[in-house]
Amino acid sequence: MDVRPKENFSQRQDTSAVRHRKTCKVNERAEIPSQPHNGTINGVNKRITKREGGEHISSPSRDAHVPVFILALVIVLSVSTRFYKITEPPHVCWDETHFGKMGSYYINRTFFFDVHPPLGKMLIGLAGYLTGYDGTFPFIKPGDKYEHHNYWGMRAFCAALGSCLPPFAFLVVLELSQSSTAALIAASLLIFDTGCITLSQYILLDPILMFFIMGSVLCMVKFNTQRLGPFSFSWWFWLLLTGLCLSGSLGVKFVGLFVILLVGINTALDLWRLLGDLSLSLVDFGKHLLARVFGLIMLPLFLYTTIFAIHFIVLNRSGPGDGFFSSAFQSRLIGNNLHNASMPEYLAYGSVITVKNLRIAGGYLHSHWHLYPEGVGAHQQQVTAYLHKDYNNLWLVKRLDNSDDLTGSPELVRHGDIIRLEHKETTRNLHSHFHEAPLTKKHLQVTGYGINGSGDVNDLWQVEVCGGRKGDPVKVLRSKVRFLHRATGCVLCSSGKTLPKWGWEQVEVTCSPYVKETPNSQWNIEDHINPKLPNISLAVLKPTFLEILWESHIVMIRGNSGLKPKDNEMNSKPWHWPINYQGLRFSGVNETEYRVYLLGNPVIWWLNLLSLALFVILLTVASLAVQRRVKMEGMMKVHCHTLMEGGGMLFLGWLLHYLPFYIMGRILYYHHYFPAMMFSSMLTGITLDILLQNLQLLFSSSLSHYLMRGGQSVLLLGFIYSFYLFHPLSYGMRGPLAHDSASSMAGLRWMESWEF
Amino acid sequence: MQCVKLPVSVTVEINVLLLAVTALALFTRLYGIHFPKAVVFDEVYYGQFLSLYMKQVFFIDESGPPFGHMILALGAYLGGFDGNFVWNRIGAEYPGNVPVWSLRLIPALAGSFCVPLAYLVVVELGYSHFSALGACALLLMENSLIVQSRFMLLESVLIFFLLLAVLSYLRFHKARNSFFKWFWLVICGVSCAFGIGVKYMGMFTYFLLLSLAAVHTWQLIGDQTLSHGKVMFQVLVRFLALVVLPVIMYLGFFYIHLTLLYRSGPHDQMMSSAFQASLEGGLARITQGQPLDVAFGSQVTLRTVSGKPVPCWLHSHKANYPIRYENGRGSSHQQQVTCYPFKDVNNWWIIKDPGRQSLVVSSPPKPVRHGDIIQLLHGMTTRYLNTHDVAAPMSPHSQEVSGYIDFNVSMPAQNLWRVDIVNRESEKEIWKTILSEVRLVHVNTSAVLKLSGASLPEWGFKQLEVVGDKIYKGYQQTGMWNVEEHRYGRSQEPKERELELKSPTHSDVNKNLTFMAKFLELQWKMLTVKNEESEHKYSSSPLEWITMDTNIAYWLHPSSNAQIHFIGNIVTWTTGNITLVVYCLLFLTYLLRRRRKVEDIPQDSWEQLVLAGVVCLGGWAVNYLPFFLMEKTLFLYHYLPALTFKILQIPIVTEHLYIHVLRSSAQQKAFGGVILAVLCSVYMSYHSLSPLTYGQPALTSDKLAELRWRESWDILLRKR
Repeated sequence: MDVRPKENFSQRQDTSAVRHRKTCKVNERAEIPSQPHNGTINGVNKRITKREGGEHISSPSRDAHVPVFILALVIVLSVSTRFYKITEPPHVCWDETHFGKMGSYYINRTFFFDVHPPLGKMLIGLAGYLTGYDGTFPFIKPGDKYEHHNYWGMRAFCAALGSCLPPFAFLVVLELSQSSTAALIAASLLIFDTGCITLSQYILLDPILMFFIMGSVLCMVKFNTQRLGPFSFSWWFWLLLTGLCLSGSLGVKFVGLFVILLVGINTALDLWRLLGDLSLSLVDFGKHLLARVFGLIMLPLFLYTTIFAIHFIVLNRSGPGDGFFSSAFQSRLIGNNLHNASMPEYLAYGSVITVKNLRIAGGYLHSHWHLYPEGVGAHQQQVTAYLHKDYNNLWLVKRLDNSDDLTGSPELVRHGDIIRLEHKETTRNLHSHFHEAPLTKKHLQVTGYGINGSGDVNDLWQVEVCGGRKGDPVKVLRSKVRFLHRATGCVLCSSGKTLPKWGWEQVEVTCSPYVKETPNSQWNIEDHINPKLPNISLAVLKPTFLEILWESHIVMIRGNSGLKPKDNEMNSKPWHWPINYQGLRFSGVNETEYRVYLLGNPVIWWLNLLSLALFVILLTVASLAVQRRVKMEGMMKVHCHTLMEGGGMLFLGWLLHYLPFYIMGRILYYHHYFPAMMFSSMLTGITLDILLQNLQLLFSSSLSHYLMRGGQSVLLLGFIYSFYLFHPLSYGMRGPLAHDSASSMAGLRWMESWEF
Repeated sequence: MQCVKLPVSVTVEINVLLLAVTALALFTRLYGIHFPKAVVFDEVYYGQFLSLYMKQVFFIDESGPPFGHMILALGAYLGGFDGNFVWNRIGAEYPGNVPVWSLRLIPALAGSFCVPLAYLVVVELGYSHFSALGACALLLMENSLIVQSRFMLLESVLIFFLLLAVLSYLRFHKARNSFFKWFWLVICGVSCAFGIGVKYMGMFTYFLLLSLAAVHTWQLIGDQTLSHGKVMFQVLVRFLALVVLPVIMYLGFFYIHLTLLYRSGPHDQMMSSAFQASLEGGLARITQGQPLDVAFGSQVTLRTVSGKPVPCWLHSHKANYPIRYENGRGSSHQQQVTCYPFKDVNNWWIIKDPGRQSLVVSSPPKPVRHGDIIQLLHGMTTRYLNTHDVAAPMSPHSQEVSGYIDFNVSMPAQNLWRVDIVNRESEKEIWKTILSEVRLVHVNTSAVLKLSGASLPEWGFKQLEVVGDKIYKGYQQTGMWNVEEHRYGRSQEPKERELELKSPTHSDVNKNLTFMAKFLELQWKMLTVKNEESEHKYSSSPLEWITMDTNIAYWLHPSSNAQIHFIGNIVTWTTGNITLVVYCLLFLTYLLRRRRKVEDIPQDSWEQLVLAGVVCLGGWAVNYLPFFLMEKTLFLYHYLPALTFKILQIPIVTEHLYIHVLRSSAQQKAFGGVILAVLCSVYMSYHSLSPLTYGQPALTSDKLAELRWRESWDILLRKR
């Protein structure tokens, strides 16, 4: 009975929320002095009053303030710049060779492996399928002619998503700053940026990724404005749409994690504000919390897993990605030799086998005609783990004494037996000895030793079935097997580290003195060939969906961290990006070829860079002024607030999408900066607008008005003119390179490092 | 009871406690530090730099700034160490001239003073003397800190400065009296600089203190009672003391470093020629003012690129190979060509264009490029460098290299060599003095001129053998040469040329670099030098540190089972982990409840808890988490600064629990019992592991096996 009245109370408060809200707003103001006072600014700035305190105005009337004409103009310009010459050049450009190919895989339903989650490629495949592409084009290398294949649909799909970016930026900035000038600056930065245009015109993941990232930001901002009408229809709508976009961005590339972080921080701050609102009961707070958990965690997670479920259902045929996955996983794929496999059930002497490490993405025990280099243990043949299926993965099971009984039925290998493993191709025995392993210095080196199967006592390995007893036979596929080295007592192990160039970047195999049972030191027998034994159909344990999901993520993460920069390759560094140091060749190198070069419009990019510095200065001044409680006039206060709240959020977005690249070990490319560039452009819109509007601080009011108008026009004209200068970068150029005065780009190679 | 409240007696009591704690710390850290009289673990690494310091020879150590080395060198200087010891092997016995005790004294003292510092920090954070004592007890019985303090290593010095920086910042923050306030602020800046100067790791704590100071300053800015001018002044002083002062001191370390180390040494080659020229006796001093591009007609000395077995110069002299060697094999009986490890006029060779007769450099000089064919003429004897299909004296599978003499025995001259610049950047690269590493490939037989590594017998004056290797593959340093001394030949007449060869090359133009130029170059080299990434037997990953899954064997007695390991006190480590979690839970609960205006603890206790969390938990986090992003080889001892901060927060959380969470006295009594039990087990653990910490007494194999509490610990058992 103690609880009931409380419940009543909370309900009562809930229903009368409208009445109470007024007071709570006032409370909030009193706490945060930076926020405008109703009385002082009511007449000065209507827009802000509506946003902050105008709860009586419902959302439709707010939308009426969106300058429809400007938005329509933005959309038209955006679509026309993105779709202009969409089918040019009619050959494979840059990474189209990967993503187009993967789209084809979806149409053909063959399984492949990629380091990114599947949504982007699935959408590309779908777009191709709907526009009549049949999945037969091989996409072998950049420069291949498309000829009769229907490639335009996939490009148009990417371009359509790419042309949403400027309108999204427009709406986000409009919402944050309530200034259509700021919004227009931000949108035109994106419209006239050659880099954004180029990146949107081809079959790539980036337009899809950026679409979802910008979508998430837009929905988040829209959701923030719904603060005053919680649990209303539009509140739920924007919340769920945010969740949808988040799952979309994560589903395309793991870079989506950064926008999730941004939304997460925003939500945490929002919840913190709600928690401090004492007029809100804990039950109400719980509702808020649960709604967000549902909309921003559960829903995206569900959608994300659904994407993978579709991925696995669609791709049911064996393909190039098989070897990256475990034996159990492979048995799902039609056409894989493990699908409805039939092979001898128990391991026997004289069998030819492949041995797969049980660590996820572990690879097959492998050897080849190459020796460890001098100074790396003994100068003997390399033994590695290799992820692809290959005849060098085959090993022959032999008896301890080499006396192979060729007559009669073969004898089974049992738990505790001592065997030799002979590499089929090179006839060397699997061998270990007291030398340090190449990378894992605490382990011993494993080599191939001897010739034609003759070796020494260091070639002897004891077979142990995990959980088995002496005399148990070794089941193919299903037994977890360990190989203990007789002479040293260590256990055969795959460390998971990638060998340097001399080891062909395959994975290190060692003999570990720590005999703990870990997946690194457990192996299973995958292929098993023995003509003398009857083949039995094996119903391999089908893995559950969650196991597949987990496994494919580990494989992706491994693959991502395995993308290390090669020593000789020119490597793009994060500090190159904001200064537009060097672009990427999409197509063509020579004078005769059709050349497309991914490079941001330098005027826009350098303006962005300048505005970042400007923003930091303005922010410092503003927050110092607030902290010192400097008296400010109405407009100034509003601008301070926009700068700190809206600008701060975009700045955080830029940081989150840029700084993590500094600590990434994987290979980086110029186009990784584009999501950050979106944030930077929106921030530029806000910063420049506020700067132009506050010129009266420096100049007389009439002069500053002219300066403001002049500045705005100069900006817009500057964007258009620089776009006119640099448009051949996106829409293709032929003829001589820029150092020749006959070139269309003559005199525009402002930096030595640009390659056009 | 009344006397306790008297201010004087209270002061005395604190001092006694502090003194007692310090004395105990000194005892545990200094007791028998001259044992073992052998190189222990990383002493081998720091020792080599120490020797160079003693000899005032320039070196680069990319692992940290020079202040750490200076501190160690101070100990060596006081002990009268002359630097004559080869630091090449862990476990090598120290000879009598190495003052082991004084080498290890300074780190041990620093390690001991960490304990009273910890006491003061806990008190300064606002916690009781009991807690402070508890922190001291835990630090006193922390085996890993003891081990690291007792040898010539830098971690204890680093931790000392970090704690001093934290303490002085807290004093500064609390102080009312303005003189003491500024005094402590300056001390804070100075000790931050010292901390960074010892190891770059000190940067983490420095940044923590900087951000703490920034938050406090921000609050100060918001203080309306202060005028703008006062605020400006306060901010400026903080900036000067915490940013400008450390930067100046950091530069100062390098200034002293470069002033002290003025002689050329083993790392010269890494620096620019101008830098080398500023060192006394450097290679570049000799070669100053000589032309860069090697041209036809140049007079050069050719030095092996590898320093193994000794650096030497291609040499010839008026003596022929014996007609028959001791084992009966024959030779060409032509003039010997050797490699000679001393400067000599016979090391001079003239580079000649096979198409021209001239031995002087034309004007303008015609440079030798990659791929050019040359002849090499020995300056004093005018014999051409030659090789042919005759077995070399000591390495019969290689070709003999000789100065060609025509004996008319149908053995024609084969004296054309192709210049193969190994470290070229373009295919038409010019052969450069010192910089270019060159292979000389014989045109007729494609043999490569190289050092075999063997020495010639008496007839060859024990000089090193030079051969032509036909099965030369890949990158071998023995086959690479560079031009060291170089001048353009001017005289065609043999007599004049001889005089020219004998004249010294160097001009005495001394190029003086400014200190800033030298500093920038050295700093840049330190940050960009890549040392080979290799896993050490005892290296570990940061994840293993929390639970102490690994250990490091520091030293093993050559005959008995006595050994020293870097192993921490496992009870303390575990307690630290538990209190860490407890703190986080407490903090979160309070934070959320305070947001709902539910105040479980008074405001000042809350602020005290937050500050303690920032210092201790923050100190732990900033000194630990960055290692996850590092790609260098990591060891368990890198965790020590983080561990120290973690240990500091144990008594703090305990006191908080005791006072604020446990309300009834029965609970408090029970909790007191728990604390006592934990302290006892800390002592037990310390005591059991102390043979591995102090290296004595030697334990039996069984006892050692018993000490292997975790399977992953690597304790060395001597097989009998």
